[in-house]
Amino acid sequence: MIRLTVDGRPLLAEDGETILQVASRHHIDIPSLCYLKDVHKTGACRLCVVEVEGSKNLVASCIAPVTEGMVVRTSTQRVRKARKVLFELMLSDHPNDCLHCERNQSCEFQKAGEILNVRSARFEGRRSRALVDDTSPSVVRDTSKCILCRRCVTVCNEVQGVGALNAQHRGFTTEIGPGGDLLLGSAVCAFCGQCTTVCPVDALHEADSTAAVWKALADPEKVVAVQTAPAVRAALGEEFGMEPGTLVTGRMAEALRRLGFDYVFDTNFTADLTILEEGTELLARIVSLFRSKGAVSDERLARLGMPERLPEPVLPMVTSCSPGWIKYVEHFHAPLLGHLSTCKSPHMMLGALTKSWFAQKAGIDPKKLFVVSIMPCTAKKFEITRPEMENDGFRNVDAVLTTRELGRMVREAGLGFPTLPEGRFDSPMGVSTGAADVFGVTGGVMEAALRTVHELVTGRPLPFERLHVAPIQGFERIKSATVKFAEVKPEWDFLEGVEVGIAVTHGLAGARVLMDQIAEGKSPYLFIEVMGCPGGCISGGGQPRLTTDEVRRKRLEAIYREDEGKPMRKSHENPDIQRLYAEFLGAPNGHRSHELLHTHYTERRRT
Amino acid sequence: MGTAAACASLTETPDQRRDLLLTVIEDYHRDRSNLIQVLHMAQAIYGHLPEDVLCTVAREMALPFSEVSGVVSFYSYFTTRPRGRHTVQVCLGTACYVRGGKKVLDALRDILAIDVGQTTADQAFSLEVKRCIGACGLAPAVAIDGTVYRRVAPGKLKAILGKYE
Repeated sequence: MIRLTVDGRPLLAEDGETILQVASRHHIDIPSLCYLKDVHKTGACRLCVVEVEGSKNLVASCIAPVTEGMVVRTSTQRVRKARKVLFELMLSDHPNDCLHCERNQSCEFQKAGEILNVRSARFEGRRSRALVDDTSPSVVRDTSKCILCRRCVTVCNEVQGVGALNAQHRGFTTEIGPGGDLLLGSAVCAFCGQCTTVCPVDALHEADSTAAVWKALADPEKVVAVQTAPAVRAALGEEFGMEPGTLVTGRMAEALRRLGFDYVFDTNFTADLTILEEGTELLARIVSLFRSKGAVSDERLARLGMPERLPEPVLPMVTSCSPGWIKYVEHFHAPLLGHLSTCKSPHMMLGALTKSWFAQKAGIDPKKLFVVSIMPCTAKKFEITRPEMENDGFRNVDAVLTTRELGRMVREAGLGFPTLPEGRFDSPMGVSTGAADVFGVTGGVMEAALRTVHELVTGRPLPFERLHVAPIQGFERIKSATVKFAEVKPEWDFLEGVEVGIAVTHGLAGARVLMDQIAEGKSPYLFIEVMGCPGGCISGGGQPRLTTDEVRRKRLEAIYREDEGKPMRKSHENPDIQRLYAEFLGAPNGHRSHELLHTHYTERRRT
Repeated sequence: MGTAAACASLTETPDQRRDLLLTVIEDYHRDRSNLIQVLHMAQAIYGHLPEDVLCTVAREMALPFSEVSGVVSFYSYFTTRPRGRHTVQVCLGTACYVRGGKKVLDALRDILAIDVGQTTADQAFSLEVKRCIGACGLAPAVAIDGTVYRRVAPGKLKAILGKYE
C-alpha cells in the first residue's frame, strides 16, 4: 500500500498504479486524450499533466507511478494553463471542420476541449500533410486529423501483431502510416479495423457504404435484402446511448424494415449452416486421415455420409469466418493456407443463397437483388470485393455496413431506436439456434461446431454443463481443451477413444503463435478457431466505440444470454437448415454446397 | 567493416550485395535491438536504402516493414534515395557556424542547385550538413568524400568542386 495526497485528500494506492488511475478511482477526473485504459499509455499528448511536489516539471499522470508520500495537485492555475496551451497547439494543426466531421460529438479531442474549457485558438502555423488514403476498401486514413496519440500503433503492433501502422519521419513531419510510399490498400494490413475503434478523432474510420445503401433503398428497380451478424445485436444499442450488453435483436429487425429493406434476414441462419458445412469438413478431414491409414473402407465411407471425394487430411483445420484473419494468414502464413476451412464466412453464404435459393423460391430476378450485410467488422467490406465471392455472375454481397454505420443511418432516419417495437426476421433465412449466436464471441464457433460434431459421432449431446465448453470461454489469449469421443455410434467406431485437441484464439498476435506451431509440425490440435479481433466479433473493428474490457465482457454476457434463451441450441436442429438441404443443397459438402458456400485463398506478399 | 563494405559496393554484383546483407543480418543474430546497426551496414553496401532492401531487412529480422521504414525515416543519416558519386558535407558545428559555415552552405546550394539531403540531377554530388566534424581549428570546414577542406570561403567552392567529376 502506498499513501499519497491528491488535491489535499489522503489516498491509498496499490504499488505500480499511476497517478491517473488512483485519481480516477477516487472520482478525481484528470482530463486525458491519448491514454486508453487497458490498451495504451505513452504520455504522448500530455493533456493529463499534474503538479507533483518536488518535481520541477509538470508530470504526465497517465504514465507516472505513485510513490510513498507523493503530493499531487491536479487542478492548479499552472496545470490548467499548461493543458490549455497544449490543446491549442494541437488545434493549430487540426482542420477544425467539426461541423461536418464524422466524429462530430463522438470526438475525444473535441470532448477534451470542452472539458478543458478552451475558449481560444491563438496559434497559427504550419499544417501537417493532408493525405486521405482511401485505397483500402475497409479503412480510410486522414493524416490531417491525426493527433499522433499512437493508440492505433499500439493496437496494430502489440494487440494484433500486424504492424501495418507505425510512426514515420520525425518532429513536425511525423505521420502514422504503413511506411515508404505504401498506402493502406497495398500494405500488409489485415483490414481488421481495430485501429478505427481506438482512434480518438477521425483520422481512421471505416470506408463509407451508407451512401451506396441509401441509393439502393431509393431505387425502385432494386429488391434490397439485409442480414445482421450475431455480434451486432449485442452492441447496436450503444449507438443510441443504451447500456453495453443490451440485446436489441427485435428493435434492430424493426429498424431495418423501417429503413426500407424489403427482406430482413439473419446471418445467424447461415452461421448454423456454417456449422453443418464446417463440421462435416472437419470430420471429412479426420476420416481422410484414418482412411490413409487403411482404417476406413469404401463401404464404411458411404455409411458415414461422407462426400465421395474426401479432402486431403490437412490438420489441424482452422476456421475461416473472420476475413481479417484470412487476409492476415494470406500475408504472413501463406504456406499454411491448406489448413483453412474452405467455408465462406456466414454472411457470404447468406448472400449466395439469397441470389440463388431465395430468388428462385420468391420468384425474384437475382439481377434485381441487392444484398446488404450489417457487420461488426471492417474486413467484411474487403471480403465482398474478393474476386471469388461471386456465383453465376452475381456478387454474393453488394454492400457491408458496420454497426456504427447502421447507427448513423438509423439516426439520420429519425427512428427513435430505443422505443421501437420488437420486429421479426423474414423467413426462410431468419430462424437460428443458440449455436449461431455464440459465433459473436471468441470460442463460439468452436463450441457450436462441437455441439454438432459430438452429437453426430456419439448420438449424445456434448457433455458440458449447459453445452458451454468452459475452458474455451473468456478472454485469455490462447485457450485449449480436449474433447474425447467415447461410446461412439457403431459406424464411427474407429474414433472410439480419440481425443480431439482444440485451441481458440482471438486477436491476431495469438494466431501467430498457433500458426508457428503448425509450421514447426508441433501443433497438438485437430481444430483451431481464430477470430481476428480481441474478444471475437463482439469487439470487431466496426463496433461502437470505445471497447474497454468491461464493455467487451457485457457484450459477451449478452451473447450467451441470447444463446441460452433459444429453444434450439444446436445448429443441426434448425428446421430451416434441414429444409434448405432437402430442397436445394443436397448434403453438407455436396456439389452445390461447394459451388455456393466454399471458397479458396490467395497467397499475398509478406512485407 | 563499414568502409570495407562501402568499397565492396562499387564492384559487387546485386547477388553478392544481397549475400553480404544476409551475412550482416546473420552476424547481428537477427536481433531487433540491432536494427540500426544492420541498416547502417545495409546503407554501406547499397549506398542508400531502397524499398526492396528495407523489405529484405524487415522479412529477415521478422519486423514489420512500417517499423523498419519508421526508423529509416527518423534518422537523417539514412537515405532512401541514391546518393551522388560524391558527398559534400558542410560543417555547421558552433565554430564553423560562427566563422561563416552558413554562407558556405548557401553558396553550395546555389552552385549545385539542390537543397540539403538532395542529389544533383547528374548524380555527381549529394549535399549534407554535419554538426561538428572535429575540425574546429580549420573552420569553416567542408568535407568531400572524407577529405576535409579548411577555411573554405564561398569564392573557393567552384575550384574545389571542379576537382570532382
